[in-house]
Amino acid sequence: MLESLFFLIVAAVAVISSILVITCKNPINSALSLVMTFFCLATFYVMLDAPFMAAIQVIVYAGAIMVLIVFVIMLLNIRTETGRKTTHAILAGSIIGLFVLFQTCYFLTKGTLTGTKGAMDTALVEKVGHVELIGKALYTDFLLPFEITSLLLLVAIIGAVILSKRKI
Amino acid sequence: MDTLILGLPVAYYIAMIAKVLVAFVFVLLTVAYATYAERKIIGHMQVRLGPMRTGWHGLLQPIADGLKLFFKEEIIPAQSSKFAFLVAPLVALIPAFISFAVIPFGETITIGGYQIPLQIAAVYDPAGDRVLDVNVGVLYILGMASLGVYGIVLAGWSSNSKYSLLGGLRSSAQMVSYELAAGLAIVSVFMLSESLSLQKIVADQAGFAWYAFKQPVAFIVFFICSLAEINRTPFDLPEAETELVSGFCTEYSSMKYAMFFMAEYANMVTVCAVTTTLFLGGWHGPAFLPGWIWFIIKVYFLIFVCMWIRATYPRYRYDQLMRLGWKFFLPLTLLNVVATGIVVTLLK
Amino acid sequence: MLGAYLPIIVLVAVAAAFGLGSIILSSLIGQKKPSDVKMSPYECGCDPVGSARERFSIKFYIIAMLFILFDIEAVFLYPWAVLFKRLGMFGLMEMGVFIVILFVGYIYVWKKGALEWE
Repeated sequence: MLESLFFLIVAAVAVISSILVITCKNPINSALSLVMTFFCLATFYVMLDAPFMAAIQVIVYAGAIMVLIVFVIMLLNIRTETGRKTTHAILAGSIIGLFVLFQTCYFLTKGTLTGTKGAMDTALVEKVGHVELIGKALYTDFLLPFEITSLLLLVAIIGAVILSKRKI
Repeated sequence: MDTLILGLPVAYYIAMIAKVLVAFVFVLLTVAYATYAERKIIGHMQVRLGPMRTGWHGLLQPIADGLKLFFKEEIIPAQSSKFAFLVAPLVALIPAFISFAVIPFGETITIGGYQIPLQIAAVYDPAGDRVLDVNVGVLYILGMASLGVYGIVLAGWSSNSKYSLLGGLRSSAQMVSYELAAGLAIVSVFMLSESLSLQKIVADQAGFAWYAFKQPVAFIVFFICSLAEINRTPFDLPEAETELVSGFCTEYSSMKYAMFFMAEYANMVTVCAVTTTLFLGGWHGPAFLPGWIWFIIKVYFLIFVCMWIRATYPRYRYDQLMRLGWKFFLPLTLLNVVATGIVVTLLK
Repeated sequence: MLGAYLPIIVLVAVAAAFGLGSIILSSLIGQKKPSDVKMSPYECGCDPVGSARERFSIKFYIIAMLFILFDIEAVFLYPWAVLFKRLGMFGLMEMGVFIVILFVGYIYVWKKGALEWE
């Protein structure tokens, strides 16, 4: 009972801060709201017995990727958004929004929300530990995707250098 | 006593509130008196006396400083981004003051038949006779440390002053660089402890089996990188007063300035506590003193070392600093991880 | 589960209350005599020259991008470090490959001079 109340509070904060991301005039404030949204997501992960995912959410998304986004906002020197949106943008946005709303309603009524139950449950996570379970799966069953990740990161490193160096 | 709220006894809630308040006030006092100790210690190292006027040997100095800042005028620069400017000190302060929640500072004590683990974010599980704590305690601390950068970047950007912007940028680039090296340095500790839970890491180091002896490279690299991450001397570039006035907090005044100051010292306390926990055996020590006293002794010793370093070494130049982080510490920590892996596998 | 995380929420509340409380208190009791000069950005006593919202060196941007990439590497190392004794030689080999591939990237960054501050 109290847990679902807590969930509702965090969910409300998550929704409000994600609305603020798109409505804030100042891009830095939008970025801050996004950090807040990531925090709420991390809280949800903790409530779902996935503390490692919560930590990653904070370290990688809030602590690394958003820092880059804040840097980019500062680098490009984006001022407060002053220009009014055109009617075309509003029209296109509303149409897409309606479609997404329709899709969400469709899935809420027709789809199964919880999905299929896997082998991992709360008791197992508490006994073995979340990090251990993730690691076990990642480094044995999903070995190939894991190694391919390193290639992706390598490509990203090279891309980062090429994008930002004037003379290669 | 047997009433349960959300599956936990009432005693848990009493103990939890008591632990949070005691630890918070203790860290706050440590922060206040660390500023005093720093002035005194550096003063004596430079054959000066340090503060002497307020109270006996200046003992009331931190209180006087704090009170003074309360009465100071609050200046918000006219062209600043108001919201970010007001929020930045809080964003710096809150992560600094909550990251010690997962650090165990003593053994489990029994009061009135109820077992209380001396760690804020932990609960004793009578069924399994063990302490349940945050399973990813170390990552929690790293996450909070990575949020500290927002306070500085926001302060630098929102002030709309050139010194603040430069200080904030330099500081944030420095913080992320050294956060990386510090985060990689402790991987080799997890390779030995086989857990990210700080309870387990401390338990593994009982009886002087400190990780500082098994992982000396990781210990030194982690401590130095953490000093750089929290902008302590000799890495206090953002506050290089000869070139940047006061760095990211140039435009700040009154309590908002004090928040950055407190966050910096709270970060130092946290870094010393984390280093103690990961490398110096946590609260373990010879049995004639209780664990929490050993913990405080070790943390205070490391705080003293921080001040000693400040009095000894000159400040780095910015390009030297970034080179040290990226070209020396980063490959060194990776090498240490690989070396630990090979040695442990061969020994087995 | 709840027992371990509830104290963190309480601590966040205490820290936030302390921070907000002292900011509000100081703005209530501090004196207020604003003037144009006082509210202008500090520039060693001279009138501010130009704007502070200038573009800055792309260096910081590279550092932030490289930080993300190597941070993800570190994130992959944490669960591996926890499990590595149980994975044995096999685990060491697979992480060896992972680290070597990323180290190639690191050497590339170094050789291209992206880590230089001139």
